[in-house]
Amino acid sequence: MSEQLDRIVREKERWQETTVREALSRFPERSEQFTTNSGVPVERLYTPADVQIDYLNDLGFPGEYPFTRGVQPTMYRGRLWTMRQYAGFGTAEESNQRYKYLLANGQMGLSVAFDLPTQIGLDSDSPLAEGEVGKVGVAIDSLADMEVLFDGIPLDKVSTSMTINAPAAVLLAMYIAVAEKQGVPSYKLQGTIQNDILKEYVARGTYIFPPGPSMRLITDIFAFCEEHVPKWNTISISGYHIREAGSTAAQEVGFTLANGIEYVRAAINAGLKVDDFAPRLSFFFNAHNDFFEEVAKFRAARRLWARIMKEHFGAKNPKSWMLRFHTQTGGSTLTAQQPLNNIVRVTLQAFAAVCGGTQSLHTNSWDEALCLPTEESVRVALRTQQIIAYESGAAETIDPLAGSYYIEHLTNTIEAEAKAYIDKIEAMGGAVKAIEAGYMQREIQEAAYRYQRQVESGERIIVGVNKFTVEEEPPKNLLKVDPKVQEAQIAKLRKLKAERSQAEVDARLADLRAAAQSTANLMPPILAAVKAYATLQEICDVLRDVFGEYQPSEEF
Amino acid sequence: MERKIRVLVAKPGLDGHDRGAKVVARAFRDAGFEVIYTGLRQTPEQIAEAALQEDVDVVALSILSGAHNTLLPKTVEALRARGLDDVLVVGGGVIPAEDIPYLKEHGIAEIFTPGTPTSVAVEFIRQHVQAG
Repeated sequence: MSEQLDRIVREKERWQETTVREALSRFPERSEQFTTNSGVPVERLYTPADVQIDYLNDLGFPGEYPFTRGVQPTMYRGRLWTMRQYAGFGTAEESNQRYKYLLANGQMGLSVAFDLPTQIGLDSDSPLAEGEVGKVGVAIDSLADMEVLFDGIPLDKVSTSMTINAPAAVLLAMYIAVAEKQGVPSYKLQGTIQNDILKEYVARGTYIFPPGPSMRLITDIFAFCEEHVPKWNTISISGYHIREAGSTAAQEVGFTLANGIEYVRAAINAGLKVDDFAPRLSFFFNAHNDFFEEVAKFRAARRLWARIMKEHFGAKNPKSWMLRFHTQTGGSTLTAQQPLNNIVRVTLQAFAAVCGGTQSLHTNSWDEALCLPTEESVRVALRTQQIIAYESGAAETIDPLAGSYYIEHLTNTIEAEAKAYIDKIEAMGGAVKAIEAGYMQREIQEAAYRYQRQVESGERIIVGVNKFTVEEEPPKNLLKVDPKVQEAQIAKLRKLKAERSQAEVDARLADLRAAAQSTANLMPPILAAVKAYATLQEICDVLRDVFGEYQPSEEF
Repeated sequence: MERKIRVLVAKPGLDGHDRGAKVVARAFRDAGFEVIYTGLRQTPEQIAEAALQEDVDVVALSILSGAHNTLLPKTVEALRARGLDDVLVVGGGVIPAEDIPYLKEHGIAEIFTPGTPTSVAVEFIRQHVQAG
């Protein structure tokens, strides 16, 4: 074997010195240096001599450690990934209509987008919410809104992902309460809450409380769900927003898994057993345009997490080793210029996610660099997934790109780079310490600025933006959120407050305060407050009062 | 010595997308401006107060939440209420073309939409601050 490799090395040298040299003398290459989208150097050619593969240890078999080739034994031959479009805007009534439309068009699970006031624990009548109500997602102020949002949608049949972090406990409690009213017990509920506060501090910005109490809320959710909502994914540890903020692919993996390590450690320190909660951890990654780098990234992330969970945390249950993930195509790669070209970008990205073994997928709509997507553009995005699923052939065999010298080389490279980031963060005392020191934020900003400069210098081409540009009319018929949404929400809120039992609300909020001041699990008192129709902000204000608020340090 | 152009880069509203704001702040600094960045979730009043305290020539507002038609004009009002009539106000973010005329009528000198090179914003500020 090694004799054969030696021969390949010698033959490659010969090829470079003869055939390539001759060609270069006539046709120089397009560039002195080639790199991936994230800046990883790319060689002219990869051969078996350029990549060290210990097949049984590093790749193995699908459904088995270290899961490089996939987490399920049969992958998409058994069941396709879940096609799950992130949606929500305006009032609960409007979003409920959009969900029913998506389900009627073959979508398999729901993914709820909340507006920004909801994401940071404010009611629609807060002065800070002015202009923001219903804009980037649906406005939810209380259980009453949540009842409308899922009206006519059987919660024992669909799985629901909710992009909610700082107030995740409250929205999960509302979901449990709505299900109960539908007659669906909590142990049957399937879905995900994002619940990943660390990446909010790093990249996404919808934090409320400081790290300490935020981590407690998260481990309280782990403990509560283990007992009462066992099929729920209690966290979606997210690299998506880290990448959108400008990180490289290796930073996306490294920082996300470093955050994952911090959650696992916090839960163990809170007295939970690793194999009791780790199987419910899930992940969320981005898919950008460099197809090969993205496929390699997903494979590297799976292998690295499996090794961390088994070797570092000593998890015994194979489900604790599995990195299951959702993918969304890269919002920041969409261009406002010649926006229909975005359909092609999304296709490449979605294809990478599928070739990388994603468990669920959101495809962005072509008009999202301009506004919220219309029904028509969302349908094209969903059809893109369906074409990949049924026409491309990518779903018929497992991990179809494995064994490509280039893909395996990139997988090894990204794994090693990500591991170096994790080691560095661990040496700083873990993810919370690294975030408080601004380390991850600075690394991401550097990468983002480097990228921007490459685009502006023309070193990096973005079709339709810095090359192949045309004069064009701005597109029409964009989706607009009715500015009356805020008034409507405020009216609903007034009515709710007039009709509910204030004494009951006060009593439940007092219970919550007492629990927050103790070390009791916060989920039961939050659930009781939600059922009494306490509003999201009323609940969060009690916690703000006890926990304080996060104060970021801003650098650029 | 010529006084450097002073710019307040601010994030009105509740969205946390600060990649653009931070990249632009860096580009302004590299262009020789003095730059102050407010951080996230600033109200129009807080932004105007910071502009006053920092004695800036320019307020550059980054917003991607869709609340621009509400918050950008309010920021201009808050600046004018403090007598900051000469401060140049520009905006950037995911802002539909059809909203731009309304924003310009309400005191926003220019809106830079996705894909704009930072050099374009730098040049715009140089021309308009020196002219004013």
